[in-house]
Amino acid sequence: MKTKYFLLLAVIVAVSSAMVVAAAPPAGNATISGKVTYTGTPPKMKPIDMSKEPSCAKQHATPVMTQNVVTGPGNALEYVVVYISAGDQGSTPGTKTVEYDQKGCEYIPHVAVMQPGQPLEIKNDDQTAHNIHPLAKVNQEWNKSQPPGTAPIETKYDKPERIPVKCNIHPWMHGYFVIVNTSHYAVTGNDGSFKLADLPAGKYTVTAWQEQYDAQSQEVTVGAGETKNITFTFKALPY
Amino acid sequence: MRRIASTLVLMFAAVVLLLFTTGSPCFAQIDHNIKPVNAKADSHVGGLTGEASGEAQGGLVLYRRFCVGCHGPAGDGVGENAQWIDPKPRDFTLAVFKCRSTPTGTLPTDEDLFNAVTRGFDTTNMPSWRPLTEQQRANLVAAVKSFSPRWQSEKPGTPITIPAETPINIESVLRGRALFQKMECWKCHGPAGHGDGPSASTLTDSKDNPIRPYNFSTGTRFKCGETNQDLYKIFMTGLDGTPMPSFADVLKPEEGWDLVHFLRTLQPLNTQEASLWKAYAAAHSSEIKPIGPDSGAGGSK
Repeated sequence: MKTKYFLLLAVIVAVSSAMVVAAAPPAGNATISGKVTYTGTPPKMKPIDMSKEPSCAKQHATPVMTQNVVTGPGNALEYVVVYISAGDQGSTPGTKTVEYDQKGCEYIPHVAVMQPGQPLEIKNDDQTAHNIHPLAKVNQEWNKSQPPGTAPIETKYDKPERIPVKCNIHPWMHGYFVIVNTSHYAVTGNDGSFKLADLPAGKYTVTAWQEQYDAQSQEVTVGAGETKNITFTFKALPY
Repeated sequence: MRRIASTLVLMFAAVVLLLFTTGSPCFAQIDHNIKPVNAKADSHVGGLTGEASGEAQGGLVLYRRFCVGCHGPAGDGVGENAQWIDPKPRDFTLAVFKCRSTPTGTLPTDEDLFNAVTRGFDTTNMPSWRPLTEQQRANLVAAVKSFSPRWQSEKPGTPITIPAETPINIESVLRGRALFQKMECWKCHGPAGHGDGPSASTLTDSKDNPIRPYNFSTGTRFKCGETNQDLYKIFMTGLDGTPMPSFADVLKPEEGWDLVHFLRTLQPLNTQEASLWKAYAAAHSSEIKPIGPDSGAGGSK
């Protein structure tokens, strides 16, 4: 008698555990991937003269190049932010600290992507002072000095925006904070490729943004477990 | 005689008619219809409440009389005079202001705006509006706030605490000099504060207009005031919209006062700091290391 009840209880527990697992949000397993390329002739990147800041100049055996249009093999475009701009599902909140470093009088990474509210940590690893001046228009514009050896600046942004970042002391330094409302984003590397993974099945608008060529969007529908390949092509001009 | 007179009258009438119909510059149609985002904006300064609306002396009526020429009907700093003046008039639609008592990135208090309107901005085309009554100036503050939606979604920042000024003595001045070196102020302001540092010629404001750092050797009044407290606030809150950052996170309050005391020695004014420095420099000239790159003046890194 007791054994029967025990078995019944065990079955109920097993079934309800299975139900709990099944009731969790479906982990997406579709992927949108592809490449960002250009047609036409892009501008030539120019070497940066850092002679006014010897402590940085000496860190570079060859001069650093400007980064407004960085290209790679096969007409690839680097530093393009590709993200889901509409129809987003299954995004995870941004909790990992995004790091932004000033090193050799350059911003590393050149483009930092984050979600609203995501912690951003800005460090100065140079022997010279920098001032961090993100030129926000939707979020608040602020400007802080960061001498060498001082604590990192911890901050965050609340609204989606593409914010140019500059240092007034070193006018060649240009970077971007890109705040997007999704965890499904990627920044292309030198081969121009990107991959947006872990997507639930659905219809999405994918946007690609490059700092000089602005943004383009495409609509992509993916089924469960499907991988779709798309390309973005920007028209480049020599200036 | 009569024929000549009537001909002259006819010619005069013809000229007047021509002027009215051909739209010569004398009768150009400039739109002075003020376009606030929030006409109900108000301000609180001391015991006064200022209003943007109001038919007789409301802030926007006064704005149309005194401000629109430079700051523009939409408050965006592109009034008809703006093209000929430098620095450009403030763009109120961005709600970014230089002279505040609040931290960088935050809105100024109504009192900050009141003081700015009252004081004017030395060395620019923004005059002092002291001849207007305090109520009128409070109304103008409300008008300034009517041009940006930011005032409706955000509260002004919390004004920074300015501790009592530390004693003015040569030790404070010397510590301030070391800070001027270490914080690298000289990179823009120059080793002697002449506004000729290595980065000075490349500076642009947040609208990409060229801008020069303050030249202490002119002795002109700072745009944000003339007291030591005003000077302290400048680098402890930063001048938003310009290359001048806030040092609030990297300077202790007493260090701020040391820097203030040193900066006074760069100006050709009869200050206590200046005379202390003069006496010191005369007696210790060989010990004073010049400010600049790789100088041991600050004992930094």
